[in-house]
Amino acid sequence: MSTTVVEDKVGHPFLQRSALVAAALILVLAVAILAGVRYGLMLMIGLGFGLALEGLRFGFAGPWRAMILRREPSGILAQLLAIGIVSVVAIPLIEMSGGELIGAQAPVGWAMIGGAFVFGMAMQVVMGCGSGTLVNAGSGNPVGLLALPFFAIGSFAGAFHLFAWTELGALPVIRFTGWSGAVITLVALAGVAVCFLRQAAPENRTISRRYVIAAVIIAVLALLNLVVAGQPWGVVYGLGVWAAKGATAVGVDLSGSAFWAAPESLERVQSSLLTDYTSLTNIGIMTGAFLVASWRAGGLSQKLPRLPLRAWLATIVAGFLLGYSSRLAFGCNVGAYFSGISTGSLHGWVWFVAAFAGSIQGVRLRPLLGLEARS
Amino acid sequence: MTRRVTAVTGLALLFALIVADFIGSPPNPYQQPAIVALGSGAASSGGFCGALPE
Repeated sequence: MSTTVVEDKVGHPFLQRSALVAAALILVLAVAILAGVRYGLMLMIGLGFGLALEGLRFGFAGPWRAMILRREPSGILAQLLAIGIVSVVAIPLIEMSGGELIGAQAPVGWAMIGGAFVFGMAMQVVMGCGSGTLVNAGSGNPVGLLALPFFAIGSFAGAFHLFAWTELGALPVIRFTGWSGAVITLVALAGVAVCFLRQAAPENRTISRRYVIAAVIIAVLALLNLVVAGQPWGVVYGLGVWAAKGATAVGVDLSGSAFWAAPESLERVQSSLLTDYTSLTNIGIMTGAFLVASWRAGGLSQKLPRLPLRAWLATIVAGFLLGYSSRLAFGCNVGAYFSGISTGSLHGWVWFVAAFAGSIQGVRLRPLLGLEARS
Repeated sequence: MTRRVTAVTGLALLFALIVADFIGSPPNPYQQPAIVALGSGAASSGGFCGALPE
């Protein structure tokens, strides 16, 4: 994409930045008053995710691409570090909480594995995963902005058909629990890190300071998410609820879907978005990314890329597939990979392997679809 | 055209969604849960990516 920067004709930076911070605080306060303090806190946590992800350039799709193409493991090592920090606290805490906290636990199955593979492929096409698409949209990336509504529609559609897919066959939920679960997870994370380091080019066997800081911040925010909401950080469910609300507004009958007709799902669709945890953190991520892009000198002055029509069509298809496949996979890089592994679910590990294999294919597809210059 | 246009468009659409939803499904602050789930004594509830409804 073009990175040409044009002259930024905005007002005094201090006034502009003060207004941005004030607007964010007013937003949090408004949600706390209108919906409840817990929901205001969740929006604040979401803002923190957005600020950290965009401000420190911490992502998922980019580091996987760097490893696949250039054998640079720094970003993936940071992801593993963040997951490790969360797991050592979250896995024992969930067991001791007596049901007040739940993990991101889901069964490993055929549809789950296929969904993760397709998600990995699609996230490399648009260079954005679950959180990445929100960050990209918030920071003015037109590919992210176009992909996001189709991501939401895909998430709604995937959930609509979810029970049909799970009937293809799945194992029971397998979890690593308590202190032993935390130790198993840490050992496995260390093993994966060693594998990536062995694959890395010798000059790249490091982790940058920026990534370490980002990993610690993201881990703390993920733990706050768990403790405040009672459930781990997720993205895709909230996007599906947005589309479900839109679908019902235009007269779509949800009774044809076992998922959306279930009482718990109906309650979410009929309740305010400001009381849905994943919606609140999603809103926060997008808004936080916007704040950073506005704050950063030249952040919003980059010219928009000129892409061929097939690139925009590919973005629409990939956006839909991101949403659809991640519902089949019981989450995206956040809800399945990050939160799944860090709360002891086997499906997080299987998701990681399948999505990484899909990413290898997606990296090859991206230039063919006109989303970057062919090498 | 710069990213300012797309970023502002994205934020505007997001806040239009929130406002439309607020009008259609206003939250009730008198039914708010405990501030923090941990220690609240209440079982975790709410939709999540990994959860299948009963």
